[in-house]
Amino acid sequence: MDINDNIKQQLQDNPILLYMKGTPQAPQCGFSAKTVQALMACGERFAYVNILENDELREALKTYSNWPTYPQLYVNGELVGGCDIILEMYESGELEEVVKNAAPQENSES
Amino acid sequence: MSLQAAIENRLSEGFNPSVLQVENESHQHAVPANSETHFRVVMASEAFEGKRRIARHQAVYGALSEEMNNGIHALTLHLYTPEEWQNSESGAPQSPPCMGGSKAG
Repeated sequence: MDINDNIKQQLQDNPILLYMKGTPQAPQCGFSAKTVQALMACGERFAYVNILENDELREALKTYSNWPTYPQLYVNGELVGGCDIILEMYESGELEEVVKNAAPQENSES
Repeated sequence: MSLQAAIENRLSEGFNPSVLQVENESHQHAVPANSETHFRVVMASEAFEGKRRIARHQAVYGALSEEMNNGIHALTLHLYTPEEWQNSESGAPQSPPCMGGSKAG
């Protein structure tokens, strides 16, 4: 699969998707760590991709999004921002709203 | 010319900012002494009027595309319109500490 198709597929399959350095449990960059903290504080499940494990993806996504650094948070396929924007949105309460609206509605008893 | 001076020039020319602070934060990270890899920019400009945050950041990344490909590893951006800057009492937030990932790229 072409790498850009791969990106589109990932974005389509995951309404809340964070491309980051490292993992939420073991971030490898302070900016990714801060972003993950803010996202986890919103209380919704989210998917992540560790871009340090895939150089091709890491380069391709920069071009795809016209955004040259990581982390990058996508909600419903759209780039919401990197660390600075996410933290600003978290402080203002906007992040929680965006993330809650995007989270898949799960049946609580099933 | 240092990378820091190059960034300052590009932003001064491109955005005619009313506030511009470019800070080299590389010493806080896992890179050799006197590196120019991690920068923090605080800028207020009328160019950001009516632009969403994503668009503001992309405009700055665009203006610095040469520098981004030429050694900048991390660029923290705090971008305001002059009015927003006047209204921000606490000033721009500080950058997070390094966790070692810049060694990996």
